[in-house]
Amino acid sequence: MDASYITPYIDATKNVFMTMMGVSVTIGKPQIRDTIPTEAFDVSGIIGMSGDVIGTVMLSFPLETARQVVATFTGSEIDVNSEDFGDAVGELINMITGGAKAKFEGKLVSISCPSVVVGEGHKIQQPSDSICIHIPCSSECGDFAVEVAFKKSSIENVGKSSQTVVSAS
Amino acid sequence: MRIMLVDDSKTMRNIQRNILGQLGYSELEEACDGQDALSKLSAFNPELMLVDWNMPTMDGLTFVKNVRQQGIKTPIIMVTTESEKARVIEAIKAGVNNYVVKPFTPEQLSERVTETMAKAAAA
Repeated sequence: MDASYITPYIDATKNVFMTMMGVSVTIGKPQIRDTIPTEAFDVSGIIGMSGDVIGTVMLSFPLETARQVVATFTGSEIDVNSEDFGDAVGELINMITGGAKAKFEGKLVSISCPSVVVGEGHKIQQPSDSICIHIPCSSECGDFAVEVAFKKSSIENVGKSSQTVVSAS
Repeated sequence: MRIMLVDDSKTMRNIQRNILGQLGYSELEEACDGQDALSKLSAFNPELMLVDWNMPTMDGLTFVKNVRQQGIKTPIIMVTTESEKARVIEAIKAGVNNYVVKPFTPEQLSERVTETMAKAAAA
């Protein structure tokens, strides 16, 4: 797996959390995941990518972490079931994906409007023809994850092997 | 000073509102996309607009082009995740006066607002 595809999402996640919230994020070892989900989350922001790179990016939290992140981001406690809570999570994944796609030099990538899922223990299934990379993250707000799923054909179109940073789980 | 905030994210509009409030700007109007902003333009008559790029119904670039085609010269700052050089050039060609990439610090947004208004005053 080409490191150049994963590093932008790691850098963008750290940058968004630090710039908007002053929160430092520590990145664990990214792993290739099966597209059939094994891990359950409570709050997920999801955004699609199209163009030269096709796939989805997901930012997923346990409920308490999501509460703390949103409170830090917005400066106020927001009810998990309110529209504003989803809006805040959506804006976070929007900034992460936007920041990451800017690093794909020479590639034309568009991103969709974000969707947010709130529900205890939900699982997100990525498209079966995708390579899914799970990026574990930890912060003072709690642990969370970023998952990036690339459509295999788009990887083949633009991928250049340089450095292996992920391993099969 | 009358400032219009055009962004589909209420969270982002609130963040901008708080930063501008700290700068002493309290006469603010909000719009959730380009179409909504167009409908509020004449009534609010803003002296500055902060405009997101990716929005439903009418995106920020289309809005900027529409505004400039109408001959409206109100300074516009694009506040967006779109940070590729080609995108920035595209926005400036469309008539954007300044550019802020999300994520941003309060200081970065404040500087751009001050800088934009100083240039507008000098023009």
